[in-house]
Amino acid sequence: MLKIPDSIFQEIRRHGEETYPLECCGVLLGEVDLDVNERRVSLAIRCGNMRTDSAHNRYLIDDKELLAAQKTARERGEDIVGFYHSHPDHPAQWSQTDFAEAHWIGCSYVITAVAKGKAEITNSFLLDGSTEEDKKFVDEKIEVLR
Amino acid sequence: MKIHIPTPLRQYAGKNSTVEVKGGTVAEALANLTAQYGDLRRHLYTDDGKLRAFVNVYLNDEDIRYLQKENTPTKEGDSLSIVPSIAGGL
Ligand SMILES: [Zn+2]
Repeated sequence: MLKIPDSIFQEIRRHGEETYPLECCGVLLGEVDLDVNERRVSLAIRCGNMRTDSAHNRYLIDDKELLAAQKTARERGEDIVGFYHSHPDHPAQWSQTDFAEAHWIGCSYVITAVAKGKAEITNSFLLDGSTEEDKKFVDEKIEVLR
Repeated sequence: MKIHIPTPLRQYAGKNSTVEVKGGTVAEALANLTAQYGDLRRHLYTDDGKLRAFVNVYLNDEDIRYLQKENTPTKEGDSLSIVPSIAGGL
């Protein structure tokens, strides 16, 4: 389960609309409760998409921005709990590329479908497993906190 | 020196987000880390002992790939950050 305040949920969807027809991406900070397999988001950090060669169908978060996000999390006494990106004119389902490039086991990967510039469905997938060899994406419920 | 552990690897590092180690180079510091927490090794290295391609290592704010890689010298007070990459697409 991914719990996310409505304001942050709307913010990441809006980010996808703003960068359309290119993919947006960002980092989600908050806390993880392993006992109930729950991630609670407290902050979304927008990141630049480094894949300027193919930004309509690929994204790469700048390592420096990721490093800074990790530092911010530490200062807030929180963790990186997930990441988000958009799929311009494409369903909100993970792709083989998403899977191959997903390495943060235990974190949520949130995908928003943006059709003709408008955010549609937002889905979350938990990267489950224990190693790079047995990892898998599992559908995860999003609870929007209003 | 300190090594900052990313969220997914903490369970293999005694649930610590930061581990204190000694070492005169990045390689020594990482070797001391995996000597303390053996389970980390297979998450950081391939079977032939190379750092996995998606594992970025920063000495303070610099990517070690742009320094002297794992031979980069380190000193007391430095911090190493392990940051797996984030990418994907359609
Ligand atoms: Zn994707």
